[in-house]
Amino acid sequence: MSNNWDLLEVQELKTYFYTFDGIARAVEGVSFGLNKGETLGIVGESGSGKSVTALSVMRLIPEPPGRIVHGRILLNGNDILHIPMNEMRDIMGNRISMIFQEPMTSLNPLFTVGDQISGMFIRHMNLSKKESWNRSVEMLEKVQIPSPEKRAHDYPHQLSGGMRQRVMIAMALSCDPEMLIADEPTTALDVTIQAQVLDLMLQLKEDFGASILMITHDLAVIAEIAQRVIVMYAGRVVEEGDVFTIFENPMHPYTRALLKSIPKLGNRSKSGREPLHVIKGIVPSLYNLPAGCSFYPRCPEAMDICKTDPIEIVELEENHRVRCSLYSPN
Amino acid sequence: MKDTIRKLKKRPSLVVGFCITLMVILMALFAPVLAPYHPIDDADLMVSEEAPSRAFWFGTDSQGRDILSRIIFGARISLIVGLVSQLLNSIIGIVLGLTAGFLGKWWDDLVMGLTNIMMSIPSLVFALAIMALLGPGLINVLLALGFTNWSYTCRITRSQVLSTRELNYVKAAEALGYGKIRIMFTQVLPNIMGPILVIATLGAAGAILIEAALSFLGLGTQPPTPSWGGMLATAREQLFSAPWISIFPGIAIFITVLGLNLFGDGLRDFLDPRTSRRQ
Repeated sequence: MSNNWDLLEVQELKTYFYTFDGIARAVEGVSFGLNKGETLGIVGESGSGKSVTALSVMRLIPEPPGRIVHGRILLNGNDILHIPMNEMRDIMGNRISMIFQEPMTSLNPLFTVGDQISGMFIRHMNLSKKESWNRSVEMLEKVQIPSPEKRAHDYPHQLSGGMRQRVMIAMALSCDPEMLIADEPTTALDVTIQAQVLDLMLQLKEDFGASILMITHDLAVIAEIAQRVIVMYAGRVVEEGDVFTIFENPMHPYTRALLKSIPKLGNRSKSGREPLHVIKGIVPSLYNLPAGCSFYPRCPEAMDICKTDPIEIVELEENHRVRCSLYSPN
Repeated sequence: MKDTIRKLKKRPSLVVGFCITLMVILMALFAPVLAPYHPIDDADLMVSEEAPSRAFWFGTDSQGRDILSRIIFGARISLIVGLVSQLLNSIIGIVLGLTAGFLGKWWDDLVMGLTNIMMSIPSLVFALAIMALLGPGLINVLLALGFTNWSYTCRITRSQVLSTRELNYVKAAEALGYGKIRIMFTQVLPNIMGPILVIATLGAAGAILIEAALSFLGLGTQPPTPSWGGMLATAREQLFSAPWISIFPGIAIFITVLGLNLFGDGLRDFLDPRTSRRQ
């Protein structure tokens, strides 16, 4: 696409894992971009490569066995994939931050949450201990933790899951990053807490002016928070577009199937409950991807050419791209 | 404070172990005040091999020296050996284990190879060999024990590092821009201190035993300096005629080693906020 992304641009990213069983092509040529202040959602099943994409951007791929074999990652036009790791560490947590799925285990059990947030100010801003502590209390207040002065002295095990995720968000946003990568931030939380945390993230996005890269398998979360969506399948982007287009007019058979498999409340037919739609089969093995479209074995609309021909992603309308033979020009 | 006391009440082994260890430490510190006689100079052949009595609580040895006084002074040697040599071992083991687990690659292979070699040689034999090279004496005992017993600490540290570095908070720290060294010392090391401390107390107890064995074999502390192992060695010949000469130093070793072990076990549970929360 000819768009000029003004914050992050990922071009033809390929991340492979070299294991005894062969090469797992976890990310196979993913390109996307992110503008300032925008929220981009990446959806996909387990094993679709969405988390590996995020970890690649942060250069957190465990090496060995993993390796980013190809691609460019530009932050404000500067390549961050090939700079030395110590320069990258000044960017991590400072300009790009990340929060993880497991709030229960993402905090160090031996330090108070105040100390852990303070660490960010000490690391990236060279603030004094006292100043850092005061800023930490401010951050706790911003993530809406009640009586932050007192809570700053708490250890992680004294907090609930939702509170811990708020602390993680406070840590991630403490140095005012330009971009926040959230890898399934609400998956481990109760539904009510999920909504609170998502609201909080949206509000903080406004306050801090940060862009969000939201990785999730939960389409409801995407609908709630994202402006644009990327649907990933077996390491490739299969559909990309703004959130309304994707939800109202999904083009790729996989996206359609994914949307159909959302359970709906109160959706009953005469014979009782309507059975939930499932996508038959499983995500193909990353060691041995089909030659053509990776979704071909599960696709209800598969054709012969899907089996063999590599399929290019095409732009159907503005801001809506699909990788499927149904829409290929030839 | 109240909370701490409540937690301590649930851990009698920690309290007992701590009291015993503290007692031995105080005994060593205040030896000149506590000992009723001088351990070396107050030798009186007129009262040699006396059974325990009101004048000599633990009896006297073949040269008429008060055994209680010698045990009190002997605590100094045992404690110095136990603590200093284990401190050396812990430092070597932690540094090697931490870097091996964290940096991996050829350094890990090298350290683990070295550790396996150290483990394959019985530490007493190793210490004996070094003592034979260096000659007898307290400093040499410290060196011999301080450089031969780090393999367990190293192993445990490395394996703990390998599992801890996969934990989410270590990954989160990485994602938030913390460097390797910082993560090693602020995220990983504090969280694996529990097992290392336990190994350290066991190691200190082991070092006391080995020092006793070395002294028993004549390679450790040299007479007339009182050490528990040395006392046992000289008491060998009177084992049946005057058993108290060997029994009391033996009990001293036993109680000290027991105290350290109890203390180590209790400490591990006490320090870990996760285990204290469960109860």
